[in-house]
Amino acid sequence: MSWQIRIEDLEALAIGAAILGTGGGGDPYIGRVMAEAAMRENGPVTVYDVDELPDDRWVIPIAGMGAPTVLFEKVPRGTEPVAAFRRLEDHLGAVGALPCPIEAGGINSLVPLQVAAALKRPVVDADGMGRAFPELYMQTFHIFGISGTPACIASEFDDFVILDHLHDNHALEWIARGVTIRMGGHTFVSQFPMHGADVKRAAIRGTLSLGLRIGNALLRAEKGHQDRLRAICAATDFAGYGRGQILFSGKIVEVSRRTVDGFARGRVIIEGLDSHRGQSVTVEFQNENLLVRQADSVLAMVPDLITVLDSQTGLAVTTERLRYGQRVTLLVITAPAIMKSPEALQVWGPRGFGYDFDYALPNGD
Amino acid sequence: MKYRLGIDVGGTNTDAVILTPDDRVVAKTKTPVTRDVVSSIRDAVRTVLKNSELPSFAISHAMLGTTQVTNAIIERQRLNKVAMIRIGAPATLAVPPLTGWPGSLKEVVQGASITVRGGHEFDGRPMGPLADDDIRRFLDEHAKSCSSVAVTAVFSPVNADHELATRDLIVEEYPHLVVSLSHEVGSVGLLERENATVLNAAVNEVASLAATAFEDALREVGIDAALFFAQNDGTLMAMDYALRYPILTVACGPTNSMRGAAFLSRLDDAVIIDVGGTSSDIGMIRGGFPRQSSLAVEVGGVRTNFRMPDLIALGLGGGSRVREVDGQVTVGPDSVGYRIIQQAHVFGGDVLTFTDVAVNEGKASIGHQSPRAAKKLSQKAYREALRLIEEGIDRIKTSAEPVPLIAVGGGSALLPEHLEGVSEVIRPEHFDVANAIGAAIAQVSGRVDRIYAMTGRSRDQVIGEAIATAKADAVRAGANHDTLEIIEVEEIPLAYLPSNASRVRVTVAGQLAGDES
Repeated sequence: MSWQIRIEDLEALAIGAAILGTGGGGDPYIGRVMAEAAMRENGPVTVYDVDELPDDRWVIPIAGMGAPTVLFEKVPRGTEPVAAFRRLEDHLGAVGALPCPIEAGGINSLVPLQVAAALKRPVVDADGMGRAFPELYMQTFHIFGISGTPACIASEFDDFVILDHLHDNHALEWIARGVTIRMGGHTFVSQFPMHGADVKRAAIRGTLSLGLRIGNALLRAEKGHQDRLRAICAATDFAGYGRGQILFSGKIVEVSRRTVDGFARGRVIIEGLDSHRGQSVTVEFQNENLLVRQADSVLAMVPDLITVLDSQTGLAVTTERLRYGQRVTLLVITAPAIMKSPEALQVWGPRGFGYDFDYALPNGD
Repeated sequence: MKYRLGIDVGGTNTDAVILTPDDRVVAKTKTPVTRDVVSSIRDAVRTVLKNSELPSFAISHAMLGTTQVTNAIIERQRLNKVAMIRIGAPATLAVPPLTGWPGSLKEVVQGASITVRGGHEFDGRPMGPLADDDIRRFLDEHAKSCSSVAVTAVFSPVNADHELATRDLIVEEYPHLVVSLSHEVGSVGLLERENATVLNAAVNEVASLAATAFEDALREVGIDAALFFAQNDGTLMAMDYALRYPILTVACGPTNSMRGAAFLSRLDDAVIIDVGGTSSDIGMIRGGFPRQSSLAVEVGGVRTNFRMPDLIALGLGGGSRVREVDGQVTVGPDSVGYRIIQQAHVFGGDVLTFTDVAVNEGKASIGHQSPRAAKKLSQKAYREALRLIEEGIDRIKTSAEPVPLIAVGGGSALLPEHLEGVSEVIRPEHFDVANAIGAAIAQVSGRVDRIYAMTGRSRDQVIGEAIATAKADAVRAGANHDTLEIIEVEEIPLAYLPSNASRVRVTVAGQLAGDES
């Protein structure tokens, strides 16, 4: 059943999307301001469930690409996402295409809402990552064999580049990121154009709803002075995602970072407080949180969602903002089955990030 | 002789101290802010000088920590209308200036605004030439209705050329306007930096009133000293620098108090607790400076990217109410506050407070009556209060190792000699004027927070360049170059951008120039 996202929902969606960002994906603030401006002008956005999509309707996933730090400094013009979407639509002759997120976590969950509001079209309640991931080919659309091209990259100067054909989706990631750097470090990109039938077989469903559910749960708990962390955990049990688990809570005693091939890798050591006193865990990240170790065992790993929450507010702390002395709680949400097929794990299981072991379910599950 | 005068203007008192060249306290005073800030500063200076029995010419440096700028923003009083120039079009148009500001503040501060072409990319390349003719046209129309202008260019923390060129243009062609440049106020993050710059432009007049009052007060007493303002990070700005960047004074109060407390105990690394009547603040000092908060800071309801001291506030103070419900004993968070001297048991009242249970437990002797509370309840309540404090201390600490605790504030007398996780409890002399001492002992700092492209350069070269820039900044603010030390170096690679660009933060601090003796 289709439903509507209104301006009043954007706060909750931004909060939920930051939690689904698993430490990355960028602070949704600017995406929210952009979506809000478009919705103020054109009203609420209709959301289509995947089941409602006609098989032959075009769908074009749209997102921001590049460094969040650049986005927060060189704030967008605001027209780039629509430009990237329309240029690709024109190029394909894909009349009346619907926007869809590529990424459920961080700012990119909000970008398609701005496009949908600006064009007065519905948005699709699904995405290709089910969380945040660092590279363009890390999408179920790629895993299900859909071509990322033609794709379109747009900048604030109304410059746009159509990547008409590339031999595979890794090449798309490589070329698109190169163009993004030359365009100043942050762009908007439309890619993986497909039909409704492809969305039905390849998309991770219900992830806009999931973000909204999580955000609403947190806001309600805050208002009712209830346990925020518990509220978040209960809300994630939706669309095939597991019920959230509080893996650990404590304070950050060490953060170390280094750049490897342009990605910020690092780890953070958390020392237990309260019921975890006397223990410590290490979270390893590459933009997003990848795994949690305790002594010799791995407690949770990618693609399951590992998010560092501020223990007091329940809000997500991105890897860029991790700092010594913060009081944090580790939330783990098991990813839905579509993200854990053997083909999917090849792309974003631990080996996809350079580890020499396979994915296994977290302890106690 | 070179004596230093430290002044702290707070909400209720103006404190003043005079220190010898080797940092001993010669005289101190607390003056209630009864009439206005100006006369309280004058009274405090007069009294402390008299107490010191020093001639007025003995004072060579005077440092002021003040809440006047902060209060002006919170109360929306005496703020300037600010014209806003943003440089970076067509980028940034999605989010107009002052987005998210509280309406009441926006109404007072908002002047005309324009976004023109220009600005730079993250690697320092210009996005395009600066549209100076658009700036002229804008100012021709609006310069008359504003006295202050805020200039914010995209990536000015990487390349400030367009902001500097805009300032030159304004100084030459519209000399009555006071200019605030964003790269001198805040760090990367356009909207937060712009907010801080607009606030800075808005408090121009308040700052110069405060500065004039400070100067006048000293002159009346015959003091002819170099004048400095205390800023958020616990260091000083020379007067002319402070007049350009008054916004940097907004959180100097808690910082000065922590710095003063650490100095009085001769410790560089310690946890500090300030126990008041209603609440307690716990902070940590490392290398003599407060550890800073990682969260975005709101000033008067506006998102900024200043760095402020990391504090844990506990709802526990001398006047906190003690209650027992179903065998569960609680202390605070509500308090009788200043009415403690009528309402607490030890003062003959009928409210059981944290002060009463501490007296009952033999930890303090306060008031004129014995509290009427069962021994068991007192014990439980005191233990509960200590549990809250110990948890707070543990949360702010950086390791499990016991650390020294410096206890200041009126309620610190209620604390025991031993606390979990604390190696010793230190109660320094003169703790009642720790703020003013914190201002008087402060050094001068310089800071850099920029994105550096690492391509073609080694990491050491880049860090070296950042340190040199920070040192030059410190010297501009009034530091003696030879005494500068590096307080902090931090490097954060840019995520999702394989171009080897890093955000580098450096802070240096040193002695005041002319104070080497």
